Amino acid sequence: MVRSESVTRADKPGEASVSKLVGKDEMNGTAEWVAEMLLVASNSDEAAFAHLFGHFGPRVKAFLIKSGTEPAVAEECMQEVMATVWQKAHMFDPARASVATWIFTIARNRRIDILRRSRRPEPEDLPWGPEPEADPADAVSLQQESRILGEALKDLPDKQRELIEKAYFGDMTHGEIARVTGLPLGTIKSRIRLALEKLRQSMT
Amino acid sequence: MIRHHLSDALLMGYSAGQLPEAFNLVVASHISMCDECRARLASFDAVGGALLDASVDDLGESDAAVPESSLAATMARIRAAGPVERTRPQVAPRRGLLPAPLSRYVGGDLDAIRWKPVGGGVRQAILPTDKAASARLLFIPAGAAVPDHGHRGTELTLVLQGAFSDASERFGPGDLEIATAADEHSPVAEQGMDCICLAATDAPLKFNTLLPRMLQPFLRI
Repeated sequence: MVRSESVTRADKPGEASVSKLVGKDEMNGTAEWVAEMLLVASNSDEAAFAHLFGHFGPRVKAFLIKSGTEPAVAEECMQEVMATVWQKAHMFDPARASVATWIFTIARNRRIDILRRSRRPEPEDLPWGPEPEADPADAVSLQQESRILGEALKDLPDKQRELIEKAYFGDMTHGEIARVTGLPLGTIKSRIRLALEKLRQSMT
Repeated sequence: MIRHHLSDALLMGYSAGQLPEAFNLVVASHISMCDECRARLASFDAVGGALLDASVDDLGESDAAVPESSLAATMARIRAAGPVERTRPQVAPRRGLLPAPLSRYVGGDLDAIRWKPVGGGVRQAILPTDKAASARLLFIPAGAAVPDHGHRGTELTLVLQGAFSDASERFGPGDLEIATAADEHSPVAEQGMDCICLAATDAPLKFNTLLPRMLQPFLRI
């Protein structure tokens, strides 16, 4: 079984400590992908990448198609996005994003390029803390919040969910986006805010 | 202490990649100065992540089906690109006034800005962005006013140095004013320090006095 394999690999000393804090019963997609991302980052682990690819490849492709990319172009772009996931794996920070969220930002940037949308400057980088890895407890909380957010989005009334999807996949003006309300973002925001505060403190 | 933040609509638009370049620049600059909005943006990105994760469910497997050869093709791309240096870049603390995304547009810090006078001691520098909206830096001498103007679209003004007051509200460094078509406003720079702002609008400003309106084509605002 793929899942138990990844748990075993993640239990190597010094690696993917997130999975150690999450009991096997609680082991769910989000934490599992984190463990594999960390293996790609630390060991350039091809088996872990293959597993990530199996899950996220079709999702990235679907995201690109839903955003108006031709299926043939979407396949090539998806490969580019997944190659970027490999190349930038060491930049993934599980205290600030789930793997799905991190891959979303890479896919979004690629979509902006291919659709020749407006240039999108990035905010100033945050300094990395002296610790090479995020505090595993912070990472676990953030991954749990991400899962809860995903479930909350699924439970929204259809109309509201469609509006949110249109904002992210479609073509909405700033004025139209202003009508999208009621997103349950308070807890995940607070969690990330705390992680940023810790990071700032560790730098001073 | 930043009191005036990005709206949810701007954060969602930026996260989804739906804003014009000039607005993206204002959002990226504010986030560079404001961890509260950085965390809010991360939560909007998390919505994008959740939608990505669910994207296969409602599209159906067939359209998004990934051929068997796809992983091998991706690994070939990875090998063709050469080995990856897995070190995180060292980010030096900012020394100048301009946040990094803005500094890249200017080509340096304050001393690299090519100001043009627009009357009343006010100076501006138009930044190169796509035409869906325009961005410029504004220099307002301490105590001076920007001519009264309304808007046809949305105008974003981010304070970089000094402060200005508009109606009853004060905007200091890092604060963002969001003015819509309904707002007529005349910001006045606070005494004591010249005010420098980044402003972006998705429609030409309409000044309420004759002279500035005649100047508009030349000012490109």
